[in-house]
Amino acid sequence: MAEDGSFPFAEGRSAIAFEGVRIGFDGGEILRGVSFCVRQRETVVLLGETGTGKTLTLKMAAGLLKPDRGTIDVLGQKVSEMAESDLLAFRRTIGFMFQEGALFDSMTVADNVAYRLHEDGVREEEIEPRVREVLRFVELEHTLDQLPSELSGGMRRRVSIARALINRPPIVLYDSPTAGLDPVTSQTIITLILRLRDVYGVTGLLATHRLQDGFGLANFHFDPHTDRVVANSENGSGAAALAARTRFLVYRDGEVYFEGGPEEMVNSKDPYLKRFLV
Amino acid sequence: MADTPLQVAGNRAKREEVPSVVEVLEGATKRAVAAVQDYSQLSFRALTNLATSPHYFQDTLEQMDDVGVGSLPIILLSGFFIGGVMVLQTGAQFVRFGQTSLTGDVVSLALVRELAPSITGLLTAGRCSSGMASELGSMLVTEQVDAMRAMGTDPSRKLVTPRVLATLTMVPLLTALMVFVGLLGGCVASVFSLQLSAVEFWRRAIDILEFSDLMQGFSKAMVFGFLLATVGCYKGLTARGGTQGVGRATTQAVVISSVLIIVADLFLTKLSLYLANRVF
Repeated sequence: MAEDGSFPFAEGRSAIAFEGVRIGFDGGEILRGVSFCVRQRETVVLLGETGTGKTLTLKMAAGLLKPDRGTIDVLGQKVSEMAESDLLAFRRTIGFMFQEGALFDSMTVADNVAYRLHEDGVREEEIEPRVREVLRFVELEHTLDQLPSELSGGMRRRVSIARALINRPPIVLYDSPTAGLDPVTSQTIITLILRLRDVYGVTGLLATHRLQDGFGLANFHFDPHTDRVVANSENGSGAAALAARTRFLVYRDGEVYFEGGPEEMVNSKDPYLKRFLV
Repeated sequence: MADTPLQVAGNRAKREEVPSVVEVLEGATKRAVAAVQDYSQLSFRALTNLATSPHYFQDTLEQMDDVGVGSLPIILLSGFFIGGVMVLQTGAQFVRFGQTSLTGDVVSLALVRELAPSITGLLTAGRCSSGMASELGSMLVTEQVDAMRAMGTDPSRKLVTPRVLATLTMVPLLTALMVFVGLLGGCVASVFSLQLSAVEFWRRAIDILEFSDLMQGFSKAMVFGFLLATVGCYKGLTARGGTQGVGRATTQAVVISSVLIIVADLFLTKLSLYLANRVF
């Protein structure tokens, strides 16, 4: 971590860049030439109906799937061309939060969160304080010895965020982090993502079909001084800069249908986009 | 209404052509060849992982405990009664020739060369191959395997190699135990049913064995252990279709590994007999 508390970056590059990416399976082509980029320290909200390839996009960004065509560049590395052995090392530099948390159900919360540190051979005396630190960040320090099956759905997602953060990655990929959660728990998850973006400068690519998640990120920011979420409108002239930390990307029929900021999204007259806004 | 999704889907369905028998057979053959290729690659990787770091000793010990200690009750029980049945069956024939003292020889050879490795293999396949397929399959459908990969861990190294190593070492040990309790069961049956002396039974059972017999039995056990673990892991890591798919993978793992063990037994027996004449 840098001295200001933010995460390290290779300056001057897009954190994530997709160029003409295509992928398909037996059922047909899912993505047909997708191109977009995620700038450093911003969060891109990837919207789309079920089956439009949002999760595929995240998995390709993490190198878990290879595109049929096109290039994917993450933190300056050509992920789409890397061998699996190189990808294993690369993936340790990014965080991935899976839709249902994907916690290891035979391990305690502490072991789940510490998994990466154990893999990296970090000393035990260093592991415990780091695990406590990230669990404190997601307000679940008291669940250390519990099994994932003993936690609620929202708690499992928060543990998943903690696990993704344990080695302080500069990029976190969120796969439908609030899907199936009640509004209060969803807000808790969005607050955590805001804190990561605004306090630690984490770049995010967030796949969701809930537009309110995107507007939660676009219209609010986390104020580290007051330690609370504040509406951007309360920030006067800085509101536009804060809103620019979030962009929207909408998939339709395997292509990028819309790319832009929250204002453009809200003011759009496009009938398809209007369906998300209703 | 012309643009409603339902109508579009309906039009597409109508245009779909029914594949010919040749196309179906071609597709099935390709899938089978691809499956054999994937299985071979996974098995090869499971072994080559042993030569490079990192190694998961803790996971390997846990698997050894599960495969070895966990299978102990069924192996011991089965072994004891199989030995007893062998004595009763062979003894009934030897009585006709007045050669009941040969019972120990026959039971010992049959157990060491054939029965103990194959029955241990089949029983362990039923218990562990299914367990591996269901555990890894569940991990796969709940994205735990992807999560592992996303955190920079090679699933073949963390999940497959420890299981293969555990069965490679534990199945021969379980085979040895089955031979012992099988002879124990045979001894009990021969003393009470054939009125043979226990000392005579054990002396003949041990004296008849040669080094090649032990080699044959334990090399078979190692191959069977390798087969049941790799098939279980492969079926688990290729499970598709949610919980139903995991159930299907579990059943297939037991069926395939059991059949493979029986088929491999024939070829290994032929190879062992050839080598016994030439080498040992």
